[in-house]
Amino acid sequence: MYNEKVMDVFKNPKNVGEIENPDGIGTVGNASCGDIMQISLRIENEIIVDAKFKTFGCAAAIATSSTATEMIKGMTVEEALKVTNKKVVETLGGLPSQKLHCSVLAEEAIKKAIEDYQSKKNA
Amino acid sequence: MENKPVYFDHAATTPLCKEALEKMLPYFTEVFGNPNSQHAYGRESVKAVDEARDVIAKIINCKPNELYFTSGGTEGDNWALRGIANAYKSKGKHIIISHIEHAAMIVTAKALKKEGFEIEYMKVDENGFVDLEHLKSIVRDDTIFVGCMMANNEVGTIEPIKEIAKIAHEKGAVAFTDAVQAAGVLKIDVKDLGVDMMSMSAHKIYGPKGVGALYIRNGLKTQSIITGGHQERMKRGGTTNVAGIVGFAEAFKIAIRDIDKNFEYVSSLRDRFIDRVLSEVPFVKLNGPRENRLPANADFSFKFIEGESILFSLDLAGIAVSSGSACSSGSLEPSHVLLALGLPEELAHGSIRFSFGKHNTMEEVDFAVDVIKESVQRLREMSPLFKAEGEIKYV
Repeated sequence: MYNEKVMDVFKNPKNVGEIENPDGIGTVGNASCGDIMQISLRIENEIIVDAKFKTFGCAAAIATSSTATEMIKGMTVEEALKVTNKKVVETLGGLPSQKLHCSVLAEEAIKKAIEDYQSKKNA
Repeated sequence: MENKPVYFDHAATTPLCKEALEKMLPYFTEVFGNPNSQHAYGRESVKAVDEARDVIAKIINCKPNELYFTSGGTEGDNWALRGIANAYKSKGKHIIISHIEHAAMIVTAKALKKEGFEIEYMKVDENGFVDLEHLKSIVRDDTIFVGCMMANNEVGTIEPIKEIAKIAHEKGAVAFTDAVQAAGVLKIDVKDLGVDMMSMSAHKIYGPKGVGALYIRNGLKTQSIITGGHQERMKRGGTTNVAGIVGFAEAFKIAIRDIDKNFEYVSSLRDRFIDRVLSEVPFVKLNGPRENRLPANADFSFKFIEGESILFSLDLAGIAVSSGSACSSGSLEPSHVLLALGLPEELAHGSIRFSFGKHNTMEEVDFAVDVIKESVQRLREMSPLFKAEGEIKYV
């Protein structure tokens, strides 16, 4: 069901953890659905210099968390907001159809973390 | 790591035993006749099927003509439930099954509900045992069917089928049990149990896939669901699966021959496994009872992490298990069995079933526990839920 790339990323995920005093943090999903994803960001001059994740979920949720955080590192905030779940899935070489909702969670978590950053900045 | 793969998913299916394979082989090539044919080829196949029927009938203590070969457990469950619903709907439309039945029963019952039947569920306690008092309180004069599995496929609970059948009969309802996980593992005497129908499957007991049987007590009125030719005394159409039936009987015979030895050995694997996991893995819950549990079954919920990711972590280490999490089943709901036992959804999502077999070893059990400890810790370090509760409880 999962391709080799997904299993590789699941086996050795990047960016696991939580940034201390993050510039932005977002958590989406809930335990009763079986998926929770938290993404924390370090942002300097509107550029994402570090991204970490913590995920409660299936192999697809963990793989998309890792891939999404890898993708946005080095991007500007504006660029990161344009990262879609489709791009995350493409980077992973595809996901089984019933797992696509996991990739939506990654997109949502990034957006929520950036919203948090922007609201802190504007505060 | 260069460990040999470890198979702990015997409740899903088992490898075919050599004895059954050898017995089956001639029926694919040399003795290929259709038992429905009149000629010598056909008669030879009839003989093989009759012998197999005699073997199985003797094992479960019924008459050979009370056994009907099927394609497996799902067909048996469907036939039992639909057959009674259709045959008895003039008497009543009230059907009782347990909350922890196999999907073959639950989905069929839901379909019957749409057709105008009333479906009620007997409650189970936190270990999965049917609440007999509750059953007594819901069975009625118009109840036509009471069905409960003999042993649960997920948490291994062995149900009090004799008592359930007695309660069903007091109101004149048909008593059915799904013995797919129990046959060949527990000693079954249908007359002593008092059930009217019982479904079985070959591939759970080292027999071939795609074959099983339904016991239907002589004199019981029922209807067919697969109509067609004259097979199975006009009750079940479809060309007879001769090789499969021969293999089923042989596997069943071997299972019964070794039943005490296997029960004791597999129980010892399970007990060591359960004891080690409970004492060495923090934040873990054993689902199902310690006593009156299938010897092969251990089911755990690992707190703070999700079952499918555990399943694949173990798979990467060469250990094959199954999960009650929604993610591994393709549905959005976690295991209905665990929810019926009262587990919160989060714990139901984090469940893994380990089911042992006669070829497993104590070394495999110990290896698996070591891998589980590592995998669970690794996944917990990734989990946003672990930090919140974990740190406090670890003090």
